[in-house]
Amino acid sequence: MPDTAADGNKRGARSARPAQRRPLLAWLGVSPFFLFTLLFMFLPAGFLVVGSFLDQEGQPTLQNYADLTTPIVANAYANSIEISAITAIGGGLFGFLLAASVILGGLPPFMRNALMTFSGVASNFAGVPLALAFIYTLGNLGFLTAFINNTFATDIGQAGFSLYSKVGLEIVYMYFQFPLMVLIIAPALDGLKRDWREAAENMGATGFQYWRYVAFPILLPSLMGAVILLFGNAFGAQATAFQLTGGTIPIASIVIGAQIRGDVLHNTGLGFAMAMGMVVIMAMAITGYSLLQRRSERWLK
Amino acid sequence: MSFLTLTGVQKHFGAFTAVEDFTLEAEKGEFVSFLGPSGCGKTTTLRMIAGFELPSAGRIVINDVDITHRSPNQRNVGMVFQSYALFPNMTVAENIGFGLKVRKRPKEQVQKRVGELLELIHLPDRAGRYPYQLSGGQQQRVALARALAFEPQVLLLDEPLSALDAKIRVSLRNEIRAIQRQLGITTVYVTHDQEEALSLSDRVVVMNEGRIEQIGTPFEIYNFPTTAFVASFVGTLNVLAASVVDAASGRLSVDGQEIRAASVSAPNGSKVSVALRPEIVTIGGEGDGNRLSGKIEDVTFLGSIVRIRVKVGEGAGRLSFDTFNNPSLILPKIGDTLALTFPPEACLLLDAAAEIPALSIDADEA
Ligand SMILES: Nc1ncnc2c1ncn2[C@@H]1O[C@H](COP(=O)(O)OP(=O)(O)OP(=O)(O)O)[C@@H](O)[C@H]1O
Ligand SMILES: [Mg+2]
Repeated sequence: MPDTAADGNKRGARSARPAQRRPLLAWLGVSPFFLFTLLFMFLPAGFLVVGSFLDQEGQPTLQNYADLTTPIVANAYANSIEISAITAIGGGLFGFLLAASVILGGLPPFMRNALMTFSGVASNFAGVPLALAFIYTLGNLGFLTAFINNTFATDIGQAGFSLYSKVGLEIVYMYFQFPLMVLIIAPALDGLKRDWREAAENMGATGFQYWRYVAFPILLPSLMGAVILLFGNAFGAQATAFQLTGGTIPIASIVIGAQIRGDVLHNTGLGFAMAMGMVVIMAMAITGYSLLQRRSERWLK
Repeated sequence: MSFLTLTGVQKHFGAFTAVEDFTLEAEKGEFVSFLGPSGCGKTTTLRMIAGFELPSAGRIVINDVDITHRSPNQRNVGMVFQSYALFPNMTVAENIGFGLKVRKRPKEQVQKRVGELLELIHLPDRAGRYPYQLSGGQQQRVALARALAFEPQVLLLDEPLSALDAKIRVSLRNEIRAIQRQLGITTVYVTHDQEEALSLSDRVVVMNEGRIEQIGTPFEIYNFPTTAFVASFVGTLNVLAASVVDAASGRLSVDGQEIRAASVSAPNGSKVSVALRPEIVTIGGEGDGNRLSGKIEDVTFLGSIVRIRVKVGEGAGRLSFDTFNNPSLILPKIGDTLALTFPPEACLLLDAAAEIPALSIDADEA
């Protein structure tokens, strides 16, 4: 097609629009990204898929997937889903209320800045440092534990509280869940127009009616999206839980680690299959979200 | 007996006075416009009527009930916003029915009323649409229907047409006025567009810097402005510098050419400004009117009219006026000398010291 090429060149020379330049340099610019995803996403994922269909001797098998129903694995999934769901909903609710009162409540602007800065830091506070921070404050010998025990002459450990339990783990997770919620939901709250509220009030709506019929439905897709994100955030966490409980609360990510690297449970293929299971659960959560969102999308531009 | 009364209403934001001493009595069914430049306090006053701002002083009474301290949702006042402010998650029908729904009216009643309003705004087949599926003009009609659905006592509109393009602006403003007449609802309409205010209103409130400059019918405001601000803000105005020759007989001198004004209160020898509406000026003409001659500076062909600008003397100012176009018209040429006539009663005498906002001559096109 020499004609077209010549034509293209002429046009390119005349208008010299950036879009018509050879994009070689641009491709070069994004190549580290592709290299990165290839090395650290597609290759490991492929490795995972293949590995999940191999037994200990490297022979093809479906046994790994059949083993997902064994109590130890099923229990790990159940724990992971429970902890993730509770902290996603709890952290989501708390974070939403916090963000709503700071952004919509007419508090002075420094409150907003303070909350946003804290949230930016706290939402990234996870893993070993977070676990240690809680151990030093709320662990058996933590200073807050000691303070409470001394002040109220009780023993919260005796009373049934343990940081190293499921509830303890959930409390620790909340520490990064609700700030993440604040960060994600703040732009959505900013998107609520003052005119909507005033129009509703003008037509006789109470504050509650405004929230029920206008603000909440408008926010719902963002809220759902944020909670799904929080769920994934907790679902994939491993280091925090491992450091805190040393594996006494079996959650999926810890059991996978034990299957792949461990001495007791060592079964690499099953570990890979479990990881695939986690991928499927996340995919289901995201699919559910987009189905729900499509329903409200009728009015989204 | 007035229906909507504002008495000595003021609004301060900290040390800043947005509205000072606003007093207005509107009859039932009257269409009142607030007209004034940006920042003069129109919206603030309207928001005080709606209840979104609490007056710093003064009272607001609707139908003999003092509503100064009522919350917005207890006022039964309908408001149309510049931004439409339709709820994006609700259909047209749901938006219109919202005021009745929150009043817990039975479903059939809401449906019936929504149907009536859709007829009223000529959108009967758009009930199930979402706001984003409508044009700007349609959205604003829905917003109007929504503000009327719960049968408010007063309708408030804050520059409802300013986000629309010129053609729709004119047709929609006529539609708003027709609906307002049909329902007989007392209406306050905020605008900074003088043509809108003059063509729609029973009465116009001209505002400037938080104060009322003049309240009157469009005819009064245009023909008998009481302040220099109103004279220059409403309509196009030519301003010429003059000096008083003989106050008793109303004789003035415009750069050596003598003219007469109906009444002159300034002392002899003092400097004054003479304001003239462009439509009162005619070319040539005989008789005992005032006559001024000057050099043509500019001739602009605008289709149905031709706009001519004439410079009168040195430093006295310029006169801009229009003549109707017709095929046999001989267009005057730039540089020609032209004689113009106008009646003495048409000369509005403004204080020379009075500040004439820079919008006198051609600003109405902006
Ligand atoms: N909440 C507020 N806080 C401080 N100042 C305000 C507030 N609301 C309005 N003002 C000031 O009050 C003055 C009047 O504002 P207003 O909105 O009533 O003007 P307007 O006549 O509606 O102007 P426009 O034609 O631009 O809409 C402005 O100078 C504005 O800056
Ligand atoms: Mg305004």
